[in-house]
Amino acid sequence: MTAPGTPLGAPDVIVIGGGLHGCSTALHLALRGVRALVLEKDHVGRHASGVNAGGVRQLGRHTAELPLTVAAMALWRRIGDLVDDDCGFESHGQIKVAETEGELAGAEARAAELRALGFQHEEVIGQAELRDLVPAIADHCVGALISRGDGAAIPFRTTFAFRRKAQALGVRFQEGATVARVTRSGGVWSVETTDGDRHAAPILVNCAGAWADRVAAQLGERAPLEVIAPMLMITARVPPFIKPVVGACGRTLSFKQFPNGTVLIGGGLLGRAVRDENRTELDFSQVSVNARTVWDLFPVMRGATIVRSWAGIEARMPDQIPVIGPSATQPDVFHAFGFSAHGFQLGPIVGRIIADLIATGRSDLPIAPFHIGRFAA
Amino acid sequence: MFRRLPDIAGDRVSFTIDGRPAEARSGDNVAAALLANGIAACRNTPVSGAPRGPYCMMGVCFDCLVTIDGTGNRQGCQVRVTPGMAVETQDGKREVER
Amino acid sequence: MSAADFDLAVIGSGPAGLAAAALAASRGLSTVLLDEQPEAGGQIYRAITDTPVRDRRVLGPDYWRGAELLGPLRDSGAVHWPGSTVWSVARPRDEDAAAAAGTSERTLQIGLSRDGAASMLTVRHVLMATGALERPFPIPGWTLPGVLGAGAAQILLKTSGLAPSGRVALAGTGPLLWLLAWQYLRAGVALDVILDTTPRANWRAALPLLPGFLRSPYLGKGAKLLLDVRRKVKVVDNVTALRAVGEGQLAAVVYRRGDEEERSLAADTLLLHHGVVPNLNLANATGCAQQWDEGQRCWRPTTDDWGATSVEGVSLAGDGAGIGGAVAAEQAGRIAALDILRRLGRIDRAERDAAAIPHREGLERALRGRAFLDTLYRPSAAFRVPADDTIVCRCEEITAGAVREAVRLGCSGPNQAKSFLRCGMGPCQGRLCGPTVTEVIAAERGVSPAEVGYYRLRPPVKPITLAELAALPKTEADVNAVQKH
Repeated sequence: MTAPGTPLGAPDVIVIGGGLHGCSTALHLALRGVRALVLEKDHVGRHASGVNAGGVRQLGRHTAELPLTVAAMALWRRIGDLVDDDCGFESHGQIKVAETEGELAGAEARAAELRALGFQHEEVIGQAELRDLVPAIADHCVGALISRGDGAAIPFRTTFAFRRKAQALGVRFQEGATVARVTRSGGVWSVETTDGDRHAAPILVNCAGAWADRVAAQLGERAPLEVIAPMLMITARVPPFIKPVVGACGRTLSFKQFPNGTVLIGGGLLGRAVRDENRTELDFSQVSVNARTVWDLFPVMRGATIVRSWAGIEARMPDQIPVIGPSATQPDVFHAFGFSAHGFQLGPIVGRIIADLIATGRSDLPIAPFHIGRFAA
Repeated sequence: MFRRLPDIAGDRVSFTIDGRPAEARSGDNVAAALLANGIAACRNTPVSGAPRGPYCMMGVCFDCLVTIDGTGNRQGCQVRVTPGMAVETQDGKREVER
Repeated sequence: MSAADFDLAVIGSGPAGLAAAALAASRGLSTVLLDEQPEAGGQIYRAITDTPVRDRRVLGPDYWRGAELLGPLRDSGAVHWPGSTVWSVARPRDEDAAAAAGTSERTLQIGLSRDGAASMLTVRHVLMATGALERPFPIPGWTLPGVLGAGAAQILLKTSGLAPSGRVALAGTGPLLWLLAWQYLRAGVALDVILDTTPRANWRAALPLLPGFLRSPYLGKGAKLLLDVRRKVKVVDNVTALRAVGEGQLAAVVYRRGDEEERSLAADTLLLHHGVVPNLNLANATGCAQQWDEGQRCWRPTTDDWGATSVEGVSLAGDGAGIGGAVAAEQAGRIAALDILRRLGRIDRAERDAAAIPHREGLERALRGRAFLDTLYRPSAAFRVPADDTIVCRCEEITAGAVREAVRLGCSGPNQAKSFLRCGMGPCQGRLCGPTVTEVIAAERGVSPAEVGYYRLRPPVKPITLAELAALPKTEADVNAVQKH
């Protein structure tokens, strides 16, 4: 193993993309003694990884993601051991409130489906317990689906912590390095950046998020991602009044209060992404929809002040689950992108999966559903 | 402290600061009226609890936040005093329901 | 048929906005003039319609000149909506599709709050005349009650006839500081001291620019004003360090002259000023490109000769596009309005160019000597790039030292520092820390501020209540979008 902090010689792996998944992959590689170079076109955590809602959520996941989300949660509970920073992670549960008996019945069915698959983390609670956990919830809410072990962390701090730990273990990060061309000769991948730098390594990892389709295209691989810009808004500080992260069964919402008192409101309503300009445009008609949901579910928030809103650029796949695993067309290439607005919680485990694939050729988690080959034309 | 110059136009306007009667002139905004009433600090910050008072008087610094007629976090320098207005200084984070 | 509520929205009713709105409306554009304040005038002519200061000599002729802009506005037919806070300017969501189908002209949507209610206004063109704000002056203790901007004190004078009593210190550099002192003297207000922080070296640097200043209309007035003040107030020159001290309230000002020992002066009020910078939040949040202006040591939105920004349909005039003062702003407003008339098809290029000639001459006259003033009154690095223990972000109470530490950990620009430290994340949205954070990071990294960049700002550029947002009028498209989820 290479001694920590001594980035010597050529890397073993080039990771394209300095988001959470790229940083996590580089860190897990370093932990296995594999030397990684991360190429980031802007700066680490610039897009979705740094500006998402920070939900550390198992609740409501696609069944294919269940083994991964549970494994990720185990890492989150000891995140400080992994990256020497608690990432602001706090676990007070995540809740999806049911506003009607119909929605509550749907929640029961969902919990039963998960139990049948062997997963116990989602349960249904009634109105009384919902009131206990979220005293500010509107009277009409009849119950909720809850995942008690879930929580939230601070996204930029998390991504930054993964980067710093990786760096401390010898990973090199090159920011402002936009990949222009990827070629392979003599069993080595060569990556050329727009300012003419060349980097070479035997193995390539594509963690390029909303730009990952362009890297895939260089490899002759189809990655039909949609570039989206989920919007968030945040309030001025208010006294602490809610611990869990709250969503809704029948509407788009993610609602949580940070320890500093500010309340984050999001959930995935979309603004406009201008990917080539690194820019997003907010859509206040949609922000207004979000505000109306909060108005309905949290009457105490009606006088709250919204001080900022923003959107991050990320990739959504047609089937709403990510691409994780080896290339379908090229040797020594691995993908991890397309997290479809719910990749933050998976960050710690996805890096481990890719590092395992590189170091041992296999992963102990079932990743077949995420293979890029599912999109082959 | 700030005082009114001689030869200044305007009618007297009665309002309250933290429940105590106070007087302003028509045309005064709340931040100006606080300063004219000898109140330099109108809130404590939610971060450290440090006292703050009006700083920019043009709506950009957000240091003159006060509660006006029950609504918190209002920019005092952007709201004109009206007769009977109830102005309250703010302590840290305002109540969520205000 | 036009889908727009107005052809033109002018945002800001200072000299640039007043002049532009009057010209545009008088030449037939349906024009709305929006401003946050209850009366027209902006900050320079604040309360021009209703100042309670009866004695016209106190505020002086340069202030009262602003009243001349009001008649033309009234006569022009422009609609004036004071008390309107603009929090967003953006393209409408369905415009791409509509434009592709050829069914619609390009428009912009303005989010604004008026009388406690938010609404969206659709216009064909936006002219931002957002003016300037005081350059942040981060010294230890600048957050203490009793410390205010000199510009703030001038607003108190204009709007309410209020002046500081007790022991009063003015500190800093720049024309506004001296003008305020002069106005106070006229009003019979006693000042204890002016602590002049103009760096000695600036005189040497400014000297080659003196010829321009000698042809400037400021020269005579400025010199007389300075002499008046210096005759009557104790002025300490070459102040190189400054801090405000007190327990919960200003008690004293501690300063250093040159490299002498520190001295302390008891004070009840300290008024700080070292120039103004463009108020660029709205332009930045709208996506207008901006650039670092080395001469004025600030960021300003990039505009062409006619005030057009990088965003189609958005123009900018006045100090918001680079500091030039009130008279220059007025002319720039008219020049921008002429170009907007051309863009909206009311006049052709030749007519625009011809009509702009007198305004360009006026602008050139007004800007004579500006480079001299910019150079002479450039604040020293010590006051722009404070020591570690000084708060730079007033909202989140982040010190310069914390910003430097973030740089050492790998934050290379203001946006990373913002994400990492929360500096610039409070309600002021970086207005009071942005210039400082850029300069602190640049100095720490040893690169130019241009390379470091500035905050990426987002609407709402002023806070808006959840209730206002929730009550925004719904459209057919919104309803469909919700049902899709």
